[in-house]
Order: sequence, then C-alpha cells, then structure tokens
Amino acid sequence: MTQFPEKLRRLVRLVDAMGDRAERIQFLVDTARRYKPASEAIATRPYDELFKVPACESQVYAFAEELADGTLKFHFTVENPQGISAMALAVILDDTLSNQPVEQVAAVPSDVVYEIFGRELSMGKSMGLMAMVSMVSNYAKKATGSHGVG
Amino acid sequence: MSDDIAKRGYVDPDVLVSTAWVAENLESPAVRIVESNEDPLLYPSQHIPGAVEVDWTRDLNDPIVRDYLEQDGFAALMSRIGVTRDATVVFYGDKNNWWACYAFWIFQLFGHTNAKVMDGGRLKWEQEGRPMTTDVPEYEATSYEPPVRDDTTIRAFRDQVREHVEAERPLVDVRSPEEYSGVRLHMEDYPNEGALRGGHIPGAANVPWARAVNPDDGTFKPADELNAIYQKEHGLKPDDDVIAYCRIGERSSHTWFVLKYLLGFRRVRNYDGSWTEWGNLVNVPIEK
Repeated sequence: MTQFPEKLRRLVRLVDAMGDRAERIQFLVDTARRYKPASEAIATRPYDELFKVPACESQVYAFAEELADGTLKFHFTVENPQGISAMALAVILDDTLSNQPVEQVAAVPSDVVYEIFGRELSMGKSMGLMAMVSMVSNYAKKATGSHGVG
Repeated sequence: MSDDIAKRGYVDPDVLVSTAWVAENLESPAVRIVESNEDPLLYPSQHIPGAVEVDWTRDLNDPIVRDYLEQDGFAALMSRIGVTRDATVVFYGDKNNWWACYAFWIFQLFGHTNAKVMDGGRLKWEQEGRPMTTDVPEYEATSYEPPVRDDTTIRAFRDQVREHVEAERPLVDVRSPEEYSGVRLHMEDYPNEGALRGGHIPGAANVPWARAVNPDDGTFKPADELNAIYQKEHGLKPDDDVIAYCRIGERSSHTWFVLKYLLGFRRVRNYDGSWTEWGNLVNVPIEK
C-alpha cells in the first residue's frame, strides 16, 4: 500500500478499519450516492469508444482532464443505472486520485478494488472495477511521458 | 399471477408473479420476497420493502468446495431469512433475473417448490416507480428442516454430461455466439475465468439466454415466441432429456427456468460446472 497516493491510502485504511462487512457496504452505498456523470464540459455524447472502460459491464466511460499543475482530474459516466459499485468506485477514484502526483497514480495496482470492496465480488464484477482502475492509471502513465490525455 | 402472464401460454404460469402481485402482497406473512443480485451494493442501496437478500456468493456457495451449501446450511439460511416450509418465496434481482433464477434453482435442489420469480425483476419494478427502501427487515427465525439436497433431478455433473454427449442427447449452450464458437473464452465484458480452451461441448446448440427476455423491461417472452426459438429454430422437444450450461451455471439457470416451467420440458438439468469445468477437463472433446 506504500505506493498509493496519500488520499487513497487513507481511504483504504478507513475501509479496512470498518468493523464489519455491513459497515463497508453502507459506506460504499453512501459513496455511490455522490456520483455525478461527467459534465458536457468534459465530454459530449455520443462518447468515443476510446473512453469506454473495457471489461466493465456497467458501461463506464472514463475521462482525464489535465490540470494546470500537470496533475489529472478524473471524470466518469456510468451508463447502467444499476451499476452501483461502478458509481462508488468512480467517486472514490475521483476523490483519491484526482489532483495527485501522476507518477503515484500510474503506480496504483488494479487489485486495490479488493481492498476497497472486499473479496466477495463476483469475478465479472471485480474485473470490471479493476479495469476502471487500470484505465485511470493508464491515463496517468501517459501523463508522465506526455501531456494531453483524455 | 397477472392476466398478462396468464395469457402468454406458459405451461406453468403460476411460477411467475407480476410486479403488481408483489406490490399487493408486500405485507403478506405467507410471502417472503428475496432479492438476489450480482452487484453486492444493489440491495443495500435500496430494495423492495420487506425483501431480504440472498447473496449467491456468501449465502449459496460453499466457501471451500466448488459446490452449494448442504442441508444444514440451507436450513440456517431459511431460518435467518424467516422462511417456513409453507412460505411462498418470490425471487427477483438484477440482470433480468439472472441471479434470481440461479437462487431459485438452488432452492429447488432443496425442494422448496413453493417458489416464484417476479417477472421483469428489479428493472421492471424500478421502471414502474414502485416503492423502494433501505430498511433491512428482520424476521423471526424459523425452524426449517429441508430434505437432503437432491442433485439427481435438475443438476448435471461432468460424467453425466459426457454420457449425454456420447448418447447424442440435446445440450443447450446459453453463452454468447462468440463464447460458443471459441472466439472468446468468456462473456463479453467479462474476464476469462480460467478456461484453457474456447469452444463448446460437442453437439450443443447455441441459444443465448437473453433471447428469452424482452430487453426493454426484462419480462419473459410469451410461450409462442419461446417455442419459436427453442423448438422450431433448434428442434428441442418437451420430452427431450436436455442439459443447459454456460460459464458457471448462472445464465443457464435462467434457461433451465424457461424450459422447465414456461415451456414444460420435463427433463431439463443445469450443468453448473459448465464451461469453466468442461473447458479445462483433460481428455474430453470440444467443438468450435
């Protein structure tokens, strides 16, 4: 966990400290309620397939906005209204990885989803969520070498 | 059951209930509504008032052996959710009742035949703007004595599937055409769950599970449309001994439900080992 950006490290610790599964689930549900789709200032429909998260059944699109300081702000649109887990992760990734050093974001491993959601996800669900993390870290990897992602 | 369901020509229409029926029976002590989803956050986010959750991973699967819970585990589950042997259990869930049908099928392994599926599942309930809540109900624990799990009637194992293949009896592969043909080792947007080879069990017909539902609201298609798919298009007959399979047995539970109850196939089994088993087995044939 040492390579995680500070905000993500704090969130993982918070989730890990939760007493039981129900508490973590409620935290994630409450987090999902804060989800807002990417605004038209970031992307307009129809979205290019380039921004679609592969292997995600909730039809998630991920966008990276380059900020003046060279860091990135992440935006997501979750097309499936029942994609609650994807919405929760979208909020978490924005909260914890936006405006963080891109080198650190690039190093975030996709299996951090297990530390956030636990190990009781179906294979399909976990792979979709991991793909969201991978897409964000890939944006960051590109930003470490060049500008103008998303 | 609603008039609409009654008019669709199903062999056993009583196995389906409408969203309106569920709404009218929310307070009935003889009815237990059960939500079963793939996404573990859906039920906690909101659910039908009074509904309990049965999670396919935590509640229905053995954590060590690749198998379902045994008699004592099922008794404990039913006690926890306050179900008696006489209770009517109504399943609903996400993904057009995929997981609801999976849970329904496992309940049938334990002989809880007083079970139904809410037509259209969670999607239709939400589309209709019916009430949802975050309140998790608590029911008085029951004493439930299930029979020993019956794996002989509606469940198929690999050796039985092999005999089935050798006897050239019908199999239904309910996965996508890409999985069936071996182009993909897994459902689109899903990971490769460990199958070494791509293709299908020899002789299997490919009838993707989703062809049985109306995509707009998740309801089951009427019997004439289902028969056009399964009988006319693929030549299956209600007297056939049929085995359905998919990747791990969840999608094929949906097709098993359609064939057994809606179309009245008398001998249909679900091979829950499915492609994650067959696609890895040594010394068994496949087709592409």
